[in-house]
Amino acid sequence: MGKSNENNAEWSTIITPKVNWFHLNIREIWEYRDLIRIFVRRDIVAIYKQTVLGPFWFMLGPLFTVFTYTFLFKEIAHLSTDGLPGPLFYLGGTTLWNYFNSCFNGASSTFSSNAGIFGKVYFPRLVSPISMVLSNLLKLSIQMFTYLCFFIYYLVQPDSIIEPNWCILLIPVIILVLGGVAMGFGIIISSFTTKYRDLNMLVGVFMTLLMYATPIMYPVSDIPPMYKTFLSLNPISPMIETFRYAFTGRGYFTVTSFMYSVVFMVTILVLGIFVFNKTEKTFMDTV
Amino acid sequence: MSTVIKVENLSKQYRLGLVGSGTFKEDAKKWWAKMRGKENPYALEGEENNRSIKGGSDYVWSLKDINFEVQQGDVLGIVGRNGAGKSTLLKILSKVTAPTTGTVKAKGRIASLLEVGTGFHPELTGRENIFLNGAILGMKRHEIIRKLDEIIAFAGIERYIDTPVKRYSSGMYVRLAFAVAAHLENEILIIDEVLAVGDAEFQKKCIGKMGEVSQGEGRSVLFVSHNMSAINKLCNTAIYLENGMLENSGKTYDIIKHYNKKNSYISSGIDLINDRILRRGNGEVRFVEVSINNGSEFIDPNLPILFNFSIEVFNFIEDLCFFCSIYNAEGTEPITDSGLIQLTDNPLDIGYTNKFTFQINSSILRTGHYPVYLWLGKKGDEFEDDYPFDVLDKVYSLNILSDLPKKILGYDYSKPGGFFNINFKQL
Repeated sequence: MGKSNENNAEWSTIITPKVNWFHLNIREIWEYRDLIRIFVRRDIVAIYKQTVLGPFWFMLGPLFTVFTYTFLFKEIAHLSTDGLPGPLFYLGGTTLWNYFNSCFNGASSTFSSNAGIFGKVYFPRLVSPISMVLSNLLKLSIQMFTYLCFFIYYLVQPDSIIEPNWCILLIPVIILVLGGVAMGFGIIISSFTTKYRDLNMLVGVFMTLLMYATPIMYPVSDIPPMYKTFLSLNPISPMIETFRYAFTGRGYFTVTSFMYSVVFMVTILVLGIFVFNKTEKTFMDTV
Repeated sequence: MSTVIKVENLSKQYRLGLVGSGTFKEDAKKWWAKMRGKENPYALEGEENNRSIKGGSDYVWSLKDINFEVQQGDVLGIVGRNGAGKSTLLKILSKVTAPTTGTVKAKGRIASLLEVGTGFHPELTGRENIFLNGAILGMKRHEIIRKLDEIIAFAGIERYIDTPVKRYSSGMYVRLAFAVAAHLENEILIIDEVLAVGDAEFQKKCIGKMGEVSQGEGRSVLFVSHNMSAINKLCNTAIYLENGMLENSGKTYDIIKHYNKKNSYISSGIDLINDRILRRGNGEVRFVEVSINNGSEFIDPNLPILFNFSIEVFNFIEDLCFFCSIYNAEGTEPITDSGLIQLTDNPLDIGYTNKFTFQINSSILRTGHYPVYLWLGKKGDEFEDDYPFDVLDKVYSLNILSDLPKKILGYDYSKPGGFFNINFKQL
């Protein structure tokens, strides 16, 4: 037992069975920033190899959705759009939701879809969900560009009711919150589903419900008061309403609900990273 | 010399069987025990990992109390049968999975090559994949840029470098992947049988490169292989694993001797002669007994090797012939053969056992395991393996233990086939 004073400082790597819950090696992830960059590049390039239009396909999907929504919900069902033109109203919500949804889907399959690489080589596992969220950012920016085109078109109309305001400065925060919630939530699901796949089934259903509980196809102002409290628990709603408000002046923006989402994002991200850290060491044995 | 890797009491437990509601019950029990501050009820359970015996417990120790050290500049060979725990050990060392108990301490960056071309994306070009694979293995971008030309030259695929790798032949793919790996600058390299791929020329190049890495640059290499001639050539020390336990460690020569002793086919050849997979033929003539150097464990290649075999005849056969060849250590292609030998001029008597003997000179062979192919058939059928009377396909092998310099490869393709001075006679 006299060796207990043995100096561990000389070793640069120590592998032990114990998992430290509060071990988040940000420095290590920073060391691997080249890998994050190259993963992002791979994800983007690989999808559009051998296509002629390339990234323009990113624009097409949401456009179809938006015209369908306009036709279905505005023209047929006569749902309110806060007085905004249909395409502008629906495109904002759809763009943000698509970003959230694909970040979540990517993060929640981190372990199962990367099992091949994870089983052969070590790098901080968080690199995968992080690069995935970043590569979705490119998709988002292309769709944002589409949105801006519509926005400018409606803005320059002579009878325009659109009033952009200072909240536009909050757009980066909105994107950060959506990415953060999606990743935090996704890596928790990913960690839990390495061993038991049951949760995967549930998550699909849950995401569909969440989409309907988010004001994408309807404005918050249209929700009957009795459901309002319940639906305001959804951290995604304030983001979409703020986004709408920022560009058009129509929508529901309060500092309280905005801060609620930010706090929610930080909490779920921290929680997610802890759970993820605990799983990453041994997931290869159970996946 | 300083210690760069220190492995202490390393163990790894695995659960067998399927994951389902039963596993969930066990997990719940474990969690409940932990909540009450008790010990994990399954921690002590677990059996020795012998895959051929059906055990009573669902838990096995894939590794149990492994201790060893690696010095700077060492090339450590890890040998053992399939399922001995070699890959598990490498996985723990490369941080792919965590051990159940014990610790590993290391100095310097560890790079693991458990597979060549990890993360290669088929749609990306060779050049893009160099960056991708390099980054996965932990190389910095500027390191890759600096070595890019060298990597492309090493792989020898300049022409295809801007073509997506899905258009590559499997050989080109492997060359590119290994070229990236060979240019890693990590202090510790972990390599799992990646040399089993690629053509002979490229394998030689890789082995040469690995030798350079350890001798020239003072880096340490851990190398797993079933190829004893590669282990012999590359490693200066080795460990032998069996059923998850470290059975022996020491100089490569001694460990190979240990390995051959444990895995010798000669001593158990009599049982294997009835192996249905390794043996085929219509059985009109059969090998009854075969012995090589009277069943001795090791063969000294400086002396002639003595083969004795006896056959039993069940039918009148004219032009009964015998053929024998020796395969390379990888068992992929024959290095030399006896040529077709007609056993007797007249048909042999039915029901009698006839004994034959021959000697060959094996001085071209270096340390290693050389499978032997024995054939009995009719003259003229020797190139068709369809209806031989009896074939023993790699049932036996020559365990050569040679003190000749490692530098020379075990065999020489440039030498003509055919044993030199085969001395064949009937007893």
